[in-house]
Amino acid sequence: MAEAADGLLVFVKRECPTCVLVEPVLAALAQDGAHIVTQDDPAFPAGVQRVIDDRALERSFAHDIEIVPTLLRLAGGREVGRAIGWHREEWRALSGLGELGTGLPAERPGCGSLTQEPGIAEQLALRHCRVRFQARAIELGEQEDAVEAAFARGWSDGLPVVPPTRERVYRMLQGASRQPEDVLGLAPPNLVPCTVEKVAINAVMAGCRPDYFPVVLAVIEAALTHEFCMHGLLCTTMFSGPMVIVNGPVRRAIGMNWGVNALGQGNRANATIGRALQLVIRNVGGGLPGGIDRATLGNPGKYTFCFAEDEDDTLWEPLSVEHGLPRGASAVTLFAGDGVQPMVDQKSRTPDSLARSFAACLTVAHHPKLALGGDAFLIVSPEHYRVFRAAGWSKQRTKDEINRLLLRPGAELMSGVGGMAEGLPARFRDQMVPKFRQGGLKIVRAGGQAGLFSAIVTGWAAAGDYGSSPVTKEVRA
Amino acid sequence: MTERPILLDPTAELEPAKRARQARPARLDGLTVGILDISKPRGDVFLDRLDERLSARGIAVKRYRKPTVARPAPAALTRQIVDEVDVVIEGLAD
Repeated sequence: MAEAADGLLVFVKRECPTCVLVEPVLAALAQDGAHIVTQDDPAFPAGVQRVIDDRALERSFAHDIEIVPTLLRLAGGREVGRAIGWHREEWRALSGLGELGTGLPAERPGCGSLTQEPGIAEQLALRHCRVRFQARAIELGEQEDAVEAAFARGWSDGLPVVPPTRERVYRMLQGASRQPEDVLGLAPPNLVPCTVEKVAINAVMAGCRPDYFPVVLAVIEAALTHEFCMHGLLCTTMFSGPMVIVNGPVRRAIGMNWGVNALGQGNRANATIGRALQLVIRNVGGGLPGGIDRATLGNPGKYTFCFAEDEDDTLWEPLSVEHGLPRGASAVTLFAGDGVQPMVDQKSRTPDSLARSFAACLTVAHHPKLALGGDAFLIVSPEHYRVFRAAGWSKQRTKDEINRLLLRPGAELMSGVGGMAEGLPARFRDQMVPKFRQGGLKIVRAGGQAGLFSAIVTGWAAAGDYGSSPVTKEVRA
Repeated sequence: MTERPILLDPTAELEPAKRARQARPARLDGLTVGILDISKPRGDVFLDRLDERLSARGIAVKRYRKPTVARPAPAALTRQIVDEVDVVIEGLAD
């Protein structure tokens, strides 16, 4: 039975107690010409002639029904009134039937429409073409395993990926407000326009939840900037790959880890956001290890390297604030990082002593006699932070002290000194040489409460305009 | 009939959606041909004749045999064939 373009429609389901409660009202409305649209049982309401069987949920979906019962008034095919749940006065006003529901409670909340059941909304949206994908559909064989198919087509980083079905990609796209066809930049090495939709497909494969998607989009935007130089970072024979640091409220909202084992395994958001970036570069950009990626050894962080900064203490401003964003904004920062170098000092109880230890460990970054190559991140643990905090050292002062301690006479760094051919060119001989370029040493906080250890992540030896600089992007919904 | 699963392509779509089979070589000269006998009775009669005709043309031939027609080739045998020959002839049934 087709509903008329003018008149009343009531959406109900038998399993909703409120719908059952108003069964006499439904009969009265049907008597008056309304159509009753039933989601689960065409025999409900009993004895009513004007029932529309909507077990396929097509009408419910077309009218965006979220709650049953919902009473709609249509005029000329368009909705002109809607009452959600049972509300006697609203229903009387909308129907024009002044005696409607006499003897029933004045109001009762409804239940969820079946269109809102998990997975159903996505299926309906796809079936009714609310979303059209630009990406090519790859039809597998009937017996073909989807995970194996992804391996066979070269879409994987070596670990299994979540098969990017249309339902999953649709759900991922719902996690952000960006249009699927929006281009975020050119993905290296093939300089392919990288759309939001392609990122969503790869985020699904990486295992991201839809609420991570705004973070993933910010990560991709940062990676595709000129300053970050993802192309060179991909091509280098050196160890580095993108390291992602997340700041702001989104860290807690999506359940990221900045505490125990912050740089390790076990947290879905940390693990999959970093992985999504690598899959985008691999699949959209075409950057394959052994192809354009010429790393001599690489590092395990090239599967994924993403963590959040500990912002629980406000003395040291978060990295995103240092990079110019307001406090309270969510952001990602990308750094061309190598692997993790442990820094152990269990005895220092003064900031001077601890700063000397940090400087001593940073001196050997890449090589004790190399300087002004890559940047470095110092990831300071809570117990080490407490030493600086108690003495009132700001983040900037801590960096300044360490940089000062890192100054070395150029003569000590010359090629051949110490019996080692590696070293700096002769023009540095008569200078005091900093280990890092201006602003090249960065500090963030992370880690579990116990352990007088911190971490050093050195960076690609092509820092700055010549190669890569850390890039911060705000996360927007 | 089960529905064929559909995945959305995560790549730049520079490759064909269907993976092409490896092209057959235009000539066998200079190549090594493997002949895999799946142990079907009397398959050897036909395969011996192929061996004779290929060898007569000066083409290198290597012979292999599955232990039983009822099971897939052992992985070691598959690897050996891949390592040793350029093309392979395999009879799949009677």
